[in-house]
Amino acid sequence: MRFIDEYRDDRIALALVEEIGRTVTRPWTMMEVCGGQTHTLIRQGIDQVLPQEIELVHGPGCPVCVTPLSLIDQAIEIAKRTDAILCSFGDMLRVPGSSEDLFMARAAGGDVRVVYSPLDALEIARRNPDRTVVFFAVGFETTAPANAMAVKQAKQLGVDNFALLVAHVLVPPAITAILVSPGNRVQAFLAPGHVCAVQGWREYEPLARDFGVPIVVTGFEPVDLLEGILMVVRQLEEGRTEVENQYVRAVGRDGNVAAMAVVAEVFETCDRAWRGIGVIEHSGLRLREPYRLHDAELRFPRKQGAASESEVCIAGEVLRGRAKPSHCPAFGAECTPEHPLGAPMVSSEGACAAYFLAGREREEATIP
Amino acid sequence: MCLGVPGKVVEVFEEEGIRMGTVDFGGIRRKACLEYAPEVGLGGFVVIHVGFAISVVDEEEAARSYELLAEMGNLEGIDLPQDPDGVRPEDVPGPAAGKEPSSR
Repeated sequence: MRFIDEYRDDRIALALVEEIGRTVTRPWTMMEVCGGQTHTLIRQGIDQVLPQEIELVHGPGCPVCVTPLSLIDQAIEIAKRTDAILCSFGDMLRVPGSSEDLFMARAAGGDVRVVYSPLDALEIARRNPDRTVVFFAVGFETTAPANAMAVKQAKQLGVDNFALLVAHVLVPPAITAILVSPGNRVQAFLAPGHVCAVQGWREYEPLARDFGVPIVVTGFEPVDLLEGILMVVRQLEEGRTEVENQYVRAVGRDGNVAAMAVVAEVFETCDRAWRGIGVIEHSGLRLREPYRLHDAELRFPRKQGAASESEVCIAGEVLRGRAKPSHCPAFGAECTPEHPLGAPMVSSEGACAAYFLAGREREEATIP
Repeated sequence: MCLGVPGKVVEVFEEEGIRMGTVDFGGIRRKACLEYAPEVGLGGFVVIHVGFAISVVDEEEAARSYELLAEMGNLEGIDLPQDPDGVRPEDVPGPAAGKEPSSR
């Protein structure tokens, strides 16, 4: 397909690997924030063909992985109600809650439906006026415009039985949290191309300047990633700390103005807990006051119950870039995509699933 | 979650006040919301994410930047695929690919 195949050309990829080798003179550590990028890097073995000086650290850009356990538990509670239908993207169904997952809720009789778009959930709500249809709104800035449109449309059309369980998170506050964390080793970032397709990269400029880190907005195909890495290495070697754009075919500095306007109309920022990481200030979105009727958290208040995580899983360390999935004692043994202990083993964007699906082996390592 | 797939707009229409369209992904067609791509017309390329166009592909910029890459890879001429055979199912979002929809 056009705009995909040409960015998978191995002749260009090899030329980029060679150019990176000619450019790099000392060790550098960079983070790819987005889990989609992690999967391409690992599946294609890009991390293994790069010069040894370059270490790729995998970032927290997997919304499914960072959705807090309490919200997963709440989604499961809603799914079990006879007066509700829970709609979700497919990735969420196997994410472990405190004691079960959404698949189990479905097996126990809960009405859980996988949808491709939030507009599909809205359509389900219109066809089932006697039940509340809750869409589990998980995602980064990329997905917020779609979810915002679904709520805006529900309000416009008077579909009062449509609600969102909002778990939206934002990338720049997460980058800041990584940069200020004690012992941070990340010296540069590949910024997520589709987040920036919506938001542009203005908000990354103060990060690059204030923290002195190069940031390169990067696409998702192997050639995109290698070119992004080359641009980062050039900046690091030359001592520059700028925001550059590799993904020129889809991203402009100002982002998608029409999408940002609807997101701003429907959502406002809030503090949000990231699973495995903790609360990050101003790192989430919630519905604004005029849309509260459509807020599933208000409609179905959470029953108080302690949320509990697996004791062996090191998902938090993996999500913060402090450990590789292959360092986990449970990796590939007790924890597999079929029987995950932590969310990064579930998601099509989780780093643990990427390592497992690429056949990577567990290795002994101490967590720094 | 942030999977976005480029496709060609082959139809534009309105549905309950929203700008919608049909987008072709190498032969597989799906409905998508074009509300966030007000400037795109028939034949234009958009990046689709969870049924929404989030970006209009800048074909000139794409050609310009690809030319540099092609030179680096010593490619003879620039051979942009149009509608090649063998569309990979993983490149096409949604149920049309014949598997459970993913949230990527």
